[in-house]
Amino acid sequence: MTALLNIAGLTANYGDFQALFGVDLTLNAGETVAIIGANGAGKTTLMRAITGIVRAASGVIALEGAPISKLAAPDVLMAGVAMVPEGRKLFPSLTVEENLLIGAHARKVAGPWNLEAIYDLFPILKERRLSPGTALSGGQQQMVAIGRALMSNPRVLLCDEISLGLAPVIIRDIYAAVPKIKASGASMIVVEQDIGQALKIADRVYCMMEGRVTLTGTPATLSREAIHDAYFGVSA
Amino acid sequence: MIWMDTLVQGILLGGLYALFAAGLSLVFGIMRLVNLAHGDLIVLAAYLILGVMGALGLHPFVAVLIAAPVMFCVGWLLQTYVLNRVLGEDILPPLLVTFGLSVVIQNGLLETYSANSQKLTAGPIEAQSLQFGPIAVGVMPLLTLASAVAVIFALNQLFYRTALGRAFRATSDDATTVQLMGIRPSNVFAMATGIAMVVATIAAMYLGTRANFDPSIGPARLLYAFEAVIIGGLGSLWGTLAGGIVIGVAQAFGAAINPEWQILSGHIAFVLVLLLRPRGLFPRAND
Ligand SMILES: Nc1ncnc2c1ncn2[C@@H]1O[C@H](COP(=O)(O)OP(=O)(O)OP(=O)(O)O)[C@@H](O)[C@H]1O
Ligand SMILES: [Mg+2]
Repeated sequence: MTALLNIAGLTANYGDFQALFGVDLTLNAGETVAIIGANGAGKTTLMRAITGIVRAASGVIALEGAPISKLAAPDVLMAGVAMVPEGRKLFPSLTVEENLLIGAHARKVAGPWNLEAIYDLFPILKERRLSPGTALSGGQQQMVAIGRALMSNPRVLLCDEISLGLAPVIIRDIYAAVPKIKASGASMIVVEQDIGQALKIADRVYCMMEGRVTLTGTPATLSREAIHDAYFGVSA
Repeated sequence: MIWMDTLVQGILLGGLYALFAAGLSLVFGIMRLVNLAHGDLIVLAAYLILGVMGALGLHPFVAVLIAAPVMFCVGWLLQTYVLNRVLGEDILPPLLVTFGLSVVIQNGLLETYSANSQKLTAGPIEAQSLQFGPIAVGVMPLLTLASAVAVIFALNQLFYRTALGRAFRATSDDATTVQLMGIRPSNVFAMATGIAMVVATIAAMYLGTRANFDPSIGPARLLYAFEAVIIGGLGSLWGTLAGGIVIGVAQAFGAAINPEWQILSGHIAFVLVLLLRPRGLFPRAND
């Protein structure tokens, strides 16, 4: 059986600077995979390469066997890969509800997610539906960003640091949604610097450092030391 | 009472300027592009209406219905094959390209139609007027203002009430993130310029029925349009209507004092508004 998303030997550059060096990663249907790694490890670049915002220089990205690495970003979304971008990136000129609706602007497919389902997942958004998206608190904005990505009923959902800059109680609220999203059948890649949080929600974990995958495994089999070494580099 | 009459004529003239400006305002609001060929595209549309009238023997009000979709396509193609290629961080390339386009359109029209002035003849309606107490109001100027209000209203509905308008606003906010929504900024921009050219065609019809036109008058229309947009506040469509009216009223009063002062008074009003309110009358909050 082919994986839902298969990445092999992926490299990507920003001008002369190489940010990814032959990354291999698989995501099976229904799985939640976490990617951990220090600042600058290349996690966001990997997410951007999957979505086509950054061009893959070489390597393979395949969705159910079909190559998507040459597609422009809008076509990757149409193929069923949605992203909650780092820093949320809500549209300031749009209300909360419009920010959600625009998630389904181009890709309108039947599925578990629609406005009502998003408001069930994050009831506070329904109360704030007519406010400008960027008038909300950081945690609420993150909920909008997650809802916006879900609105396209993606086959693969990429979440880039959805806990970034949020207070612990808020992070707990946000992460409470992850099992519900998983239960809807979504397959997810969750980028997270908070290792504890990542181990809690993931079926499998990848650790990245300096543009490479340095460790993969299931949360149960990964030792604290192995993660430490893969995360920070082996200290002599 | 003469002042009252001047004010009314100025407001009505402002409707025409608002029509010149509405397309410019829409395009600027979405892609931060000042199309220096906007006035020449209006003149091009006027010649197109003239051509349709001549070929099919139609009234300008009907000819505009044929010219408008053609101009939509012109705008769409122009954006897709020319302007999208030069849009970017640097604002200079699009300015240079649209300036070049302005020269090309003017010379193309001059070659094709000569420098002779033309007019779109609308028949008896041109001479009709309505009497409001002591003030006589021409039917055509009244229709012009009514069209301007209708166009601005329609553009606002489009911008704030439709899925396309949502895509316009989102693309204007963040042309990268919008691609994660499956939206291609280049297509959004092409739609916007197409719509701007439809508005330009409506403006062209009123321009051509009101007075003579020739291939050289585009840049001055651009200037009025640009001033109206700036006075109103960048990105505000109702502001653009107000800006057109400010210029129209200033020109009418200038002309009432001395006919030679008409154009100058409009420019003076522009400078005065900018001195008092550098961001225009109705600046958009998040600019
Ligand atoms: N637009 C860019 N231009 C040039 N270099 C970039 C750009 N974006 C990222 N980089 C570099 O690429 C490398 C990987 O960055 P990336 O953002 O992918 O890391 P990350 O793992 O997401 O880090 P963080 O945890 O801070 O979000 C870093 O060295 C970074 O400086
Ligand atoms: Mg990152």
